[in-house]
Amino acid sequence: MDLDFSTAEEAFRAEARAWLTAHVPETPLPSLETERGFAAHRTWERTLFADRWSVVSWPEEYGGRGASILRWLIFEEEYYAAGAPGRVSQNGINLLAPTLFEHGTDEQRARVLPSMASGEVIWAQAWSEPESGSDLASLRSTAERTDGGWLLNGQKTWSSRAAFADRAFGLFRSDPDTAKPHQGLTYLMFPLDADGVTVRPIGRLDGKPAFAELFLDDVFVPDHDVIGAPGQGWRVAMSTAGNERGLTLRSPGRFTSAAARLTALWRETADPSDTALRDRVADAVIGARAYRLSAYAGASRLAAGGTIGAESSLNKVFWSELDIALHETALDLLGPYGELADAAGDAPAHGAWAEGHTFSLAGPIYAGTNEIQRDIIAERLLGLPKGRR
Amino acid sequence: MRFLLDDEQREFARSLDGMLSAADTPGAVRAWAAGDTAPGRSLWTRLADAGVFALAVPERHDGLGPLPLELAVAFTELGRHAVPGPLVETVAAAALLDRLDGVGVDGAAAAWLPQIGSGKALVSLCVPAAGGPYALDADAADAVLVVEGDTVRLAATTGPVQPSADPARRLARPLGGSVLARGPAVTAAAAYAAETAALATAAHSLGLGRALLDRTVAYVRQRTQFGAAIGSFQAVKHRLADTLVALEFAQPLLHSAALALAEGADHSAAEVAAAKVTAGEAAYAAARTALQLHGAVGYTEELDLALWIRKARPLRDAWGTPAACRARVLGS
Ligand SMILES: Cc1cc2nc3c(=O)[nH]c(=O)nc-3n(C[C@H](O)[C@H](O)[C@H](O)COP(=O)(O)OP(=O)(O)OC[C@H]3O[C@@H](n4cnc5c(N)ncnc54)[C@H](O)[C@@H]3O)c2cc1C
Repeated sequence: MDLDFSTAEEAFRAEARAWLTAHVPETPLPSLETERGFAAHRTWERTLFADRWSVVSWPEEYGGRGASILRWLIFEEEYYAAGAPGRVSQNGINLLAPTLFEHGTDEQRARVLPSMASGEVIWAQAWSEPESGSDLASLRSTAERTDGGWLLNGQKTWSSRAAFADRAFGLFRSDPDTAKPHQGLTYLMFPLDADGVTVRPIGRLDGKPAFAELFLDDVFVPDHDVIGAPGQGWRVAMSTAGNERGLTLRSPGRFTSAAARLTALWRETADPSDTALRDRVADAVIGARAYRLSAYAGASRLAAGGTIGAESSLNKVFWSELDIALHETALDLLGPYGELADAAGDAPAHGAWAEGHTFSLAGPIYAGTNEIQRDIIAERLLGLPKGRR
Repeated sequence: MRFLLDDEQREFARSLDGMLSAADTPGAVRAWAAGDTAPGRSLWTRLADAGVFALAVPERHDGLGPLPLELAVAFTELGRHAVPGPLVETVAAAALLDRLDGVGVDGAAAAWLPQIGSGKALVSLCVPAAGGPYALDADAADAVLVVEGDTVRLAATTGPVQPSADPARRLARPLGGSVLARGPAVTAAAAYAAETAALATAAHSLGLGRALLDRTVAYVRQRTQFGAAIGSFQAVKHRLADTLVALEFAQPLLHSAALALAEGADHSAAEVAAAKVTAGEAAYAAARTALQLHGAVGYTEELDLALWIRKARPLRDAWGTPAACRARVLGS
């Protein structure tokens, strides 16, 4: 489909495409959910950063290009179309950075952002706890006041790539005596190699070791690593959550490029009389197109001074289900080759479909489960009464 | 491309919505279903005065169009109010005559296009290859055009009305009549007319789906069971959330398809097909949700909701079944 962009935007697209053509590794890097892959991806982040492609939408002073959301969408389209590596820095870039732009101090931004952009420091998100997933506000890990800072205690879990990451950001209960569970929480950053931190990798469904649980035992965090005001952590976290499920976590380029690959696979392999499978390919193509158009419409609304609020929950439900549909359809097209894991030498497309499929299954769980998103849609967008949680 | 409607387009939608809300549209639908077309025709005149049909008629025949994006905006509102009559067919007939003007049917174009624009003529259209063997509301139409292969005819008469699952849709086979034009220009014009019909039907579906959602949200807020509004139950909420997701993502496809048609882009057929299948499926799912969440009262004819529910499935399948649309999206 044609979208006519300005000459300047087309030039930006051409520049990104040329750079990606020259730099994207010919053989895909090993999975970033493994130790070896993590290191290779860190190097890739450095390559991106050197030519200011790692954080295009950030201000130039932090290594970005000050690109508009429209240009960011264009960059992402080119990025996925080029088959470029997954972003090992994604938690930092998508979650912590927007939080710092909104709630951080100038000192924190100057200290944290450049090393994040270059891949030198890779961040993990330490929100969930064994007893607190969807009901995040019930979290129990504590931050206790001490001289010049805070002492962290407790346990965090399912933290993506925390097994290899350098630092983490998360929420802690700093005031146990509040009336409501989401009061008295504090948002702060800490090193994963600090005294008192134990990182234990947890295998994932796809066999990759990159989840971790974190045990915290009197871990000291200085005051300058608190984001926003102490006790206001919930508000800070919720602005991050909007980013997580809205556009920035999953730009449409990912799905339009997967849909293009799926269509090619269908043309190469499908039995033309199998209209049931054809219909599913068409639906995946249509879904990716709908998501792309909706993203550009959302960007236009933002550019016109609008905001995105609970609408990001619509996106979350849509892209997570679309991702599964795309990958399930691909596996059905692959038939007996569909089950080969990404480590299998015979796996088609270097295992991208197999790896992508298992990962897609997590989409309705992370970034706020789809059940929770549907509650938000029903209550905030449709105005239905709150029910029992 | 433009991703957002401009102020004028939004105002157009608002004014149509206001006008149709104030008119007794459900009464007109019920009368239409019973064979009394007078209230429907008076509604039709008011729509024409608002400029709806002129959007499909070229300027040289006193129209404003063709303006597919504005047509999509208008048809969304027509769907929201379940307006009866061969609305889609009339604008598609205008598209056909517009394309054939100067290549064989000059007289017919000059005769019918100004009348379509002004709302004086209801015209039905039957393209069996694209929309099945029946002409919608042929008994109420002032003219019925039929395209078979490379030939376009003005039907002489029609067979008996075949009642539809939606009683407000009156189907009949066009019979006999005189050939207006023949040749490859007819085939091309019919393809364009069918795309226009599919786009208008998609918009009609989207509006219908939004109305079904709005009415159901209002209902579940006030209906109580087990001492609570049923809208506070999660199973109810989630079904409505899914309805909204489906409708919201159909909207940009419709918008984009209308722009593609306006530009005469090569890919317009695939875009229109994508919008048609997505809006049609979303509206049909909205109808099922509306019925389920209204419970038995939703299954009664008395409730106006029935007027919307019954239309959803026929619209989903008219002017391009989901299977045909999906095939077109993949260019196969
Ligand atoms: C691949 C992956 C990566 C992740 N990465 C991170 C990370 O980097 N950092 C981090 O902190 N966390 C991470 N998580 C954890 C994630 O945020 C949680 O899994 C999520 O918030 C859900 O919590 P839970 O797993 O405890 O499920 P639960 O909250 O126990 O939910 C279990 C089921 O019950 C349903 N449920 C719960 N409450 C309700 C309700 N009120 N109404 C209806 N249904 C309900 C849920 O929707 C779900 O289906 C990751 C998870 C995955 C799968």
